[in-house]
Amino acid sequence: MTDQRKIKIKVEDLTLIFGKRKQEALALLDKGISKEEILKKTKCTVGVNKVNFEIKEGEIFVIMGLSGSGKSTLIRCLNRLNEPTAGKVFFDEHDITRETNKELLETRRTEMSMVFQKFGLLPHRTILENAAFGLEIRGEEKLAREEKAQQALETVGLKGYEQQFPSAMSGGMQQRVGLARALANDPEVLLMDEAFSALDPLIKSDMQDELLAIQSKLQKTIVFITHDLDEAMKIGDRIAIMKDGVVDQIGTAEEILTNPATEYVEAFVNKVDRKTIITAETLMFKKNTLVQMPKDGPKGSIRKMRTIGVDVLPVEDENKVFLGYVWLQDLLELEIEKETSIEKALKTNVPSVYKSYSVEDMLPLITGTKYPLAVIEEETGKLLGLISQTSLIIEATRFGKKEISELKERANEM
Amino acid sequence: MEKLIDLGTIIESGINKLEENFSGLWGAIDDIISWTVHSMNNVLLGIPFYIIIAFVALGAYYANAEKNAFKIEGLKKGGGLTLFVILGLFLVFAMGYWEESIQTTTLVIVSTLIALIFSIPLGILAARSKTADVIIRPILDLMQTMPAFVYLIPAIFFFSVGNTPGVVATVIFSLPPAVRLTCLGIQNVPSDVIEAGRAFGATEKQILFKIQLPLAKPTILAGINQVILLALSMVVIASMVGAKGLGSIVYQGIQQNDIAKGFESGLGIVILAIILDRITQAIAKK
Ligand SMILES: Nc1ncnc2c1ncn2[C@@H]1O[C@H](COP(=O)(O)OP(=O)(O)OP(=O)(O)O)[C@@H](O)[C@H]1O
Ligand SMILES: [Mg+2]
Repeated sequence: MTDQRKIKIKVEDLTLIFGKRKQEALALLDKGISKEEILKKTKCTVGVNKVNFEIKEGEIFVIMGLSGSGKSTLIRCLNRLNEPTAGKVFFDEHDITRETNKELLETRRTEMSMVFQKFGLLPHRTILENAAFGLEIRGEEKLAREEKAQQALETVGLKGYEQQFPSAMSGGMQQRVGLARALANDPEVLLMDEAFSALDPLIKSDMQDELLAIQSKLQKTIVFITHDLDEAMKIGDRIAIMKDGVVDQIGTAEEILTNPATEYVEAFVNKVDRKTIITAETLMFKKNTLVQMPKDGPKGSIRKMRTIGVDVLPVEDENKVFLGYVWLQDLLELEIEKETSIEKALKTNVPSVYKSYSVEDMLPLITGTKYPLAVIEEETGKLLGLISQTSLIIEATRFGKKEISELKERANEM
Repeated sequence: MEKLIDLGTIIESGINKLEENFSGLWGAIDDIISWTVHSMNNVLLGIPFYIIIAFVALGAYYANAEKNAFKIEGLKKGGGLTLFVILGLFLVFAMGYWEESIQTTTLVIVSTLIALIFSIPLGILAARSKTADVIIRPILDLMQTMPAFVYLIPAIFFFSVGNTPGVVATVIFSLPPAVRLTCLGIQNVPSDVIEAGRAFGATEKQILFKIQLPLAKPTILAGINQVILLALSMVVIASMVGAKGLGSIVYQGIQQNDIAKGFESGLGIVILAIILDRITQAIAKK
């Protein structure tokens, strides 16, 4: 894949050392002395260690890693909330690490905005004033800035809350304000440090969708920190995995999952248990053609199959309750026998699941027969969608053969 | 016992030098303070007492009732204090101590304002600079443990007798809590909010005025309330160097062993204290 987009942020040999004897520690680091040794010898912590990467314009670049791996330190180097000890950070063509204080303020005011894990809202100001804060800092007129803030609030779905105070809002809504405040500045780059980590899972998922929607509309370049692989895979174009201040691997989710560069990455990736996360609802195909009994006879059913080119269709009754499947070859026999009902061809002993079933739950249903899995609504018995056995197998084979055979064995014992 | 080090003499000669070399400065300070106290007294005493009572009562009511001023809740919240203001101040007037009360109030207001001019910037400085904090903190400790009378000595020395030494001693005595609470209020502003300010390119000045001071406001106001009460508690001592007001009546009461005088003027001070405390507390709570 060749990406023609221009490079927005380029980080070269970026190093950040905490402590008083930075230069001494840096010299030791150059000699290849380990982080622990350096801490022992100089009492300095290496926060970020010779990191290199490039971020394309409009890309969502995710940085992940365990707690203490230096993610926050790294992102804070990009706007120099932490002063890099060595290395360069290019924003377009200019090197941010060499900017004077005045230029730096200008960069922070216009080119990049940050969204924080703990929101960082001003409790004594209304939502509107909070959203307008960045514009106020850079000296925009009250009317102009409130209009822009208003627009940003609408973008994040907070219209009507302008005059509320942050304390009256839930975490999810407060973070929307945080996002609106960043968007109101209309920066080219958004820096988001665990912006959604403090939110509960459902709201988190909403916010991710929202961010993706905003991104596809506004085409911002986003640097996003998370320690949640699923979040990283969902929103990241590319993911960088950090350990002890070093970036271990950079790649698409696919590349990292299939080809982890180090044991750390592999361990990190494996910790995420996909089979418990992927559910029937995410795998199913929704818009299915159905045969309805008794309205559809063999002739009508065969026509439906031919128009969409399949040899099996799900069957429901007049109350839309799922009954089973009919196969083309059985129907053709009934047609020859001049039957008017498809009842004799109906196969009712078929696998069906509810939408909350995980891949793990469904694996035992891989039976070797060709039946798709029917996803049924629990209360009404209505068909919600179908999962083909193939897609289930593809999802399952991510776990490795051993696990699948184990699961199948367990299923057979039941 | 023979003295090994004569610290007292050293300080004395230092103070002597200060007095001689900067006499123009002390004179100017004396003039400004005396003039301010004098004209404020004249203005307040020129207004009929009932108008002042009405004005303070309204202020007390509004500070407590705020938006509910025209509703029953407002009356519930602010009614008690308002009644107290009216009855209390009328009692002071009826006892014949109106003029002294005004003088005391003026002294408290002027001292408080001067104390705040110094203490709030000092508090900000201490909160923002570790070095400043290290220097200021022990000085505050010293100021608060030193008996209040001690401040009278240099005050008399520089300003002889009258309102000015009273005000100066009061300022020194009442200033520490405002410095401490301003510093505390600023230090307690959550770091993530300040961080957000930085990330959006706020200058140090913007961080101070748009984030730190507004968030520290309740704590700073609590400090101002402390200053006022300490200033009021200083009026009797200040009267020993010639400051006029209720304090000097109390002082006379002590000297002449006049229980009636001492009680009435003491009661007047208590009434002023309660009113000033409740009004500033109500403002601080907003
Ligand atoms: N101000 C500081 N002074 C000294 N060491 C620090 C400082 N801030 C962070 N560190 C150290 O730097 C390392 C990286 O910290 P950082 O906060 O960047 O990690 P992180 O990946 O963001 O972790 P988390 O997921 O917990 O937020 C840690 O070892 C941490 O202890
Ligand atoms: Mg972090």
